[in-house]
Amino acid sequence: MELVEAIILSVLAASTPLLLAATGELVTERSGVLNLGVEGMMIVGAACGFGAAWLSGSIIFGAFCGVVAGILMSLIFALMALGLAVNQVATGLALTILGIGLSGLIGAGFVGERITPAPHLYIPGLTDIPLAGRILFGEDAFVYLSIALVVGVWWFLYRTRAGLILRACGDNHVSAHALGYPVLRIRLYAVMFGGACAGLAGAYLPLAYTPFFIPGMTAGRGWIALALTVFASWRPARLVVGAYLFGAVTILQLHAQGAGIGIPSQFMSSLPYLATIIVLVLLSRARTGGSTAPAALGTVFVPDR
Amino acid sequence: MKRALFAAAALLMAGCINGGAWAADKLKVGFIYLGPVGDLGWTYQHELARQALVKELGDKIETTFLENVPEGPDAERAIEQLVRAGNKLIFTTSFGYMDPTLKVAKKYPNVHFEHCSGYKRDKNMSTYSARWYQGRYIQGQIAAKMSKAGVLGYIGSFPIPEVVSGINATMLGAQTVNPNIKVKIIWVNSWFDPGKEADAAKALLDQGADMIMQHTDSPAAMQVAGERGKLAFGQDSEMIKFGPKAQLTSILDTWAPYYIERVKAELAGTWKSEDTWGGLDTKMFEMAPYTNMPDDVKKMAEDTQAAITAGKSHPFKCPVVAQDGKEVECKGGDHLQDGQILGMNFYVKGIDDKIPGK
Repeated sequence: MELVEAIILSVLAASTPLLLAATGELVTERSGVLNLGVEGMMIVGAACGFGAAWLSGSIIFGAFCGVVAGILMSLIFALMALGLAVNQVATGLALTILGIGLSGLIGAGFVGERITPAPHLYIPGLTDIPLAGRILFGEDAFVYLSIALVVGVWWFLYRTRAGLILRACGDNHVSAHALGYPVLRIRLYAVMFGGACAGLAGAYLPLAYTPFFIPGMTAGRGWIALALTVFASWRPARLVVGAYLFGAVTILQLHAQGAGIGIPSQFMSSLPYLATIIVLVLLSRARTGGSTAPAALGTVFVPDR
Repeated sequence: MKRALFAAAALLMAGCINGGAWAADKLKVGFIYLGPVGDLGWTYQHELARQALVKELGDKIETTFLENVPEGPDAERAIEQLVRAGNKLIFTTSFGYMDPTLKVAKKYPNVHFEHCSGYKRDKNMSTYSARWYQGRYIQGQIAAKMSKAGVLGYIGSFPIPEVVSGINATMLGAQTVNPNIKVKIIWVNSWFDPGKEADAAKALLDQGADMIMQHTDSPAAMQVAGERGKLAFGQDSEMIKFGPKAQLTSILDTWAPYYIERVKAELAGTWKSEDTWGGLDTKMFEMAPYTNMPDDVKKMAEDTQAAITAGKSHPFKCPVVAQDGKEVECKGGDHLQDGQILGMNFYVKGIDDKIPGK
C-alpha cells in the first residue's frame, strides 16, 4: 500500500510540468499559432524562477518570475511570428535555441545553489487518511494549480464567448477578421498565455521537482508537451489523460526495472511514448473519427487594412 | 565603389586581428565540451582541468573551448572550426566525438587531437580515459558496510560496457563485505535528465534499497537520498553540497595532470599518439573525502584505495564468476585483461537481473 502511494505521488509530480506546459500550448494552438518554442520558454522560466526564489527566499515570487520570464520569451515569438509574419515553425525553433542559451547565461550565477522546495499541503486529519490522504490533500501548490488551470481552460474554450472567438481565430482567421474580431491581438494574448504556462512549468522543475538549477534541466519536456497537445487532439480533457498517462508509465517502467522483471530497459523507456500515443489516438478515433486540428494552425495572417 | 572600399577595410581589420594572434606566438589549445560548463558534472570537470592548465602554462598557451556541442555531424564542424582558428592541439571530451574527431584528424595531419574515452586512434589522434571501475569497487565495499537493508540501488545511463563494468566492480567490492548483497538496477537511458534521475532514485528507495549509486551526471539522485535520510555516492564531481548528510564519497574526474602533461609534450615537440587509461595510481581520477561513515568503514575504504593504487589489489582479480555460474577466462594473469574490462557485456554472479537487450 505504501508503495502504491509512493508511486502515485511520483506520477503526479512527474506529470505536472507536462500538463502545465501543454495546457498553455493548447490555448496558443487553438488560436491558430504553432509555437515550437515551449522548451525554450520552459528553460528560461526555470532559470528565472530559480534565481528569483534563491535571491528572495520565496517560492511564490520565484514562480511569479518564471511566469513573467515565459511571457517575455513568448513576446519575442509574437513580435516575429505575429508582428512581422515570419514563419512560425522557424521562429519557434529559434526561440528554443535562444532559450537554452539564454538560460545558461542567466543561470551561470546560481548553478549549484540550493533552495528549500515548495512546501506540500498539510491539513490535519485529511492528509493523514491512509493512501488517499497524501495524494488528495498533500501535494504542492503547483499540482492543484495545474488541475485548476486545465479546468479553467476547458470552461473558457467551450463555455464562454471569448473562448468561442479564440477558437474561431484558430479555425478561420479570415472569417474572424471579416466579423471584426482583432485576430492578431487575440493571438497575441493566446501566445502570452502559452508563454506564462510554459514559464510556470519550467519554474516547477527547480522550485518543486529537483530543487536546484542546472542548464538543460528541462531535458526535452517542452517537446513532450507539444506532442501531447497534438495527440490530445487539442482537447483539455484528453490532455489530462495524456499527461497523467505519460507520467504514470514513466514512473511505472522505472519501478518495473527496479523489480527486475527482465524486459529490456530500452523498450521500457519508450513505453511512455508508445502508450500515450496509442491511447490518445484510439480516443480521438472513437469519438470524432479524425483529426480536429485548428484549421488555420501555423498559417500566417496579415490583415488587409 | 563605396561597398568595395568597405569590404577592403573589413578584410584589413580581419587581417589585423589574426596578425595580432600570430604575433603572440603562443600554442593554441582547443576543447570541445558536450554539456554546458556549469553542468556540475562531466563537462564541469573538464573545464576545471582547462583552468588548471591555463594557470600552469598560461604564459605559453592560449586556450579556447566550445560548449554544448552535440555528438555527431555538428561536432565535426565545431572541431574543424577550432582547427581553422589555429589550434594545434584539440581535446574532444566525449565518447560520441570519436568518429568526427577521426575524420577531422585525417584531414589535418599537422594538428594533434586527444579524444576522451574512445577506442579509435590515428598518427595524430590519441585517446585517454580513466579506470573508474577501481573507484566503484571501493564504493561497493562502503555500500555493503553501510547498507542496513542489504539492497543497493543503482541508476544506470546506457547499458554500455563502461557502465556494466562499473556495476560489476561495485558488486565484486560489495560481495567481499556481504556475500548476499543485492542490487536493484534502473536504466534511465539518458546521461542527463535531473527529473528522471530523481524519479529513478525515488523508485529505488521506495522498493527497499537504502543506498543510491549512479552512473548519470546530475546531482538529483544525491538530493533525493539526502531528503529521505538515505546514503548515496556522487558521480564525476563533488556533490556533497546536494547531500551534506548523504554523500559517502564520489568519483572525481581529475583531468588536469593529464592535460598539463600532454600540452607540455606538445610544447617540447615530443607529442606522440598514445592510448592512456589511467587509474588511481596516475591520479586520472580521485575519490572525494570519505564522509558520513564510521571510522572503521573509512579505514577499510582507505586501505582498499591504497592497495589498488599500489597495484596490490585488482577489482577484477581472478576468478571472476559470471551470472551463469561459469568462470570468466582469465586473460590478464591474475586479473581480467584490459580488453575484457573495456568490452564487458556480462553481469557477475550475485546480480539478479539481465543486461537490457541481451
